[in-house]
Amino acid sequence: MEPFTRLTSVAASLPAADIDTDIIFPARFLLITAKAGLGRYAFYEWRYQPDGAPRPEFVLNQPAFAGARILIAGPNFGCGSSREQAPWALHDLGIRCVIAPSFGEIFFSNCFRNGMLPIVAAEADIVRLQAETQSGAQLSVDLATCQIVSEDGQALSFEIDPWRRDALLNGWDEVAVILNSNMTAVARFEAGQRARMAWLYAGEQ
Amino acid sequence: MPTLYDKLWDSHVVSQEPDGSTLLYIDRQMLHEVSSPQAFEGLRLRGATVRRPAAQLAVADHAVPTHSRGRPIADPQARDQVALLEANTTAFGVPYVALAGDRHGIVHVIGPELGFTQPGITLVCGDSHTSTHGAFGALAFGIGASECECVLATQTLRQRRARNMAVEVVGDLAPGVTAKDIALAFIAQVGASGAVGYAVEYRGEAISALDMAGRMTLCNMSIEAGSRTGLVAPDETTFAWLRDRPMAPKAADWDAALAYWKTLPSDLDAAFDRLVVIDAARLEPRVTWGTSPDQGAGVSGRVPDPSAAATPAEAERIRRALAYMGLEPGAPLTDIAIDRVFIGSCTNSRIEDLRAAAGVIRGRKVAGRVKAMVVPGSMAVKRQAEAEGLDVLFRAAGFEWREPGCSLCVAMNDDRLAPGERCASTSNRNFEGRQGVGARTHLMSPVMAATAAIEGRLADPREGRS
Repeated sequence: MEPFTRLTSVAASLPAADIDTDIIFPARFLLITAKAGLGRYAFYEWRYQPDGAPRPEFVLNQPAFAGARILIAGPNFGCGSSREQAPWALHDLGIRCVIAPSFGEIFFSNCFRNGMLPIVAAEADIVRLQAETQSGAQLSVDLATCQIVSEDGQALSFEIDPWRRDALLNGWDEVAVILNSNMTAVARFEAGQRARMAWLYAGEQ
Repeated sequence: MPTLYDKLWDSHVVSQEPDGSTLLYIDRQMLHEVSSPQAFEGLRLRGATVRRPAAQLAVADHAVPTHSRGRPIADPQARDQVALLEANTTAFGVPYVALAGDRHGIVHVIGPELGFTQPGITLVCGDSHTSTHGAFGALAFGIGASECECVLATQTLRQRRARNMAVEVVGDLAPGVTAKDIALAFIAQVGASGAVGYAVEYRGEAISALDMAGRMTLCNMSIEAGSRTGLVAPDETTFAWLRDRPMAPKAADWDAALAYWKTLPSDLDAAFDRLVVIDAARLEPRVTWGTSPDQGAGVSGRVPDPSAAATPAEAERIRRALAYMGLEPGAPLTDIAIDRVFIGSCTNSRIEDLRAAAGVIRGRKVAGRVKAMVVPGSMAVKRQAEAEGLDVLFRAAGFEWREPGCSLCVAMNDDRLAPGERCASTSNRNFEGRQGVGARTHLMSPVMAATAAIEGRLADPREGRS
């Protein structure tokens, strides 16, 4: 996984509450079984008119924000479906960090597995960050110090699970980590469970 | 002291890591065609194998057509996606429930039917409605495709423990009011993100009185309040339902399992971090008017007025929903005319749901302008319904009778609404575009959806009851 350390970018704001993963990645595109190249479908109905022409009012269609790597979102961003196509599509657009008052839990967890940093911030801080960045000012997100730094130097601290922070900073692949470090413990757990709950292993060698 | 959730969690801890995370053992995984291709591909790229093939079960449900099932799937993308699931399960030795077989159905319907779902286990699936299986007292939650790969390879997931929420549903449901109405009332009460970070245990007399189908409906929609995990403590209703299911424990195993399952309910003095009380007797049939499952009201209510909202943000949220839904503030909900009716989905497609819907038809016909369909959750449900003559009843009333699948709950198969079409739906999400680009969804129970089909508008299923 590509490590996440520090990121400086303009920030696009999508302040609406409850932007669900069907809005982020409409279901009809879920028939695509590839993981790469999904950015073109991100926010499809919000980004494009029925005839395929871009909607000029949508923030990511505006030249100043087209390359934004940071998204400032409303409460409960990424709620709904577990589809990992939502973070894959955002990632493909270049977005690496989403700042919101709250997140859908599965989306939140999916981000970390794709080198993306979701940050929970207080609503008042979100409003300030939106105001600061709406005319194109940049934000710097520093995972080493757990701070969002504005152009005027003001720093906002954020919290993150230490294990998730380490994984992002180092670009660790979680499956590889578990396969390398934990399988003895897994085998021990299975042996104990099998002795106590044989029915869970019926028919297995 | 421990809750049901605490017991499920504690019995699956492989290791408590120094970094603050827990490595949790996963007993069972269900796989479908949308969230598994990238997981299998990941295994292939790292040269890994499936650690416990027998602990997995795969089925195609999202992309499959609900008609013309004898023939190859017409849509080439859907055909390829289902073929890929078949190929991957064959290559990795994972049990696969064939589309053409008599056990096919929606993942969250067939897991329980087969006895793959059991009390006391951890169960995951790359699907947010995996919370359904919590109805059996299993710790069940939805995950992403990367996590599916992790479970295939290691049978574990790194997780953080949730807090405990009790939803105490006191009193008895009135006739015509169902588990779906409890779910919609709970979501409206706490909000679409009100249960984020919590494992939700539904309890109280109204829950004990629910059959397994009702409990599954309720747990299924926990994610619409933000919780990945809904739970109901296993009891005699659970055990009677599971006994003799194909994959349920047999003989001495059953006795041992049963003795264990009886230890699972939350202790009497169990501590919950949050308590929500719902009075079942005061619930009326509910329906959503907005684009989030918490935007709903009792059927006697009206479309809300954004100018009366408590905050500007809430007013904006209502305005956005009404604009999409094409509704006027203050209009009675029962004035809303509908174009389509969908009875189905992992929320409400079980035999009990179909019986309840059929029960309100009583010789009446679907209103002239309405196109209505019933999509059974599985082949087993379909066969049972046909044995009871429900298909004849639905067809005579003007409903289409389809083959099992996710159908109109997720607009990625042949069943989709046209832009602007308005649907009375027993599914779980009224999101923008959920049933098709520009489609408008009103969520409700099967009895209310059947009533809406006959009336051609949203209507109170209690009216005209004998």
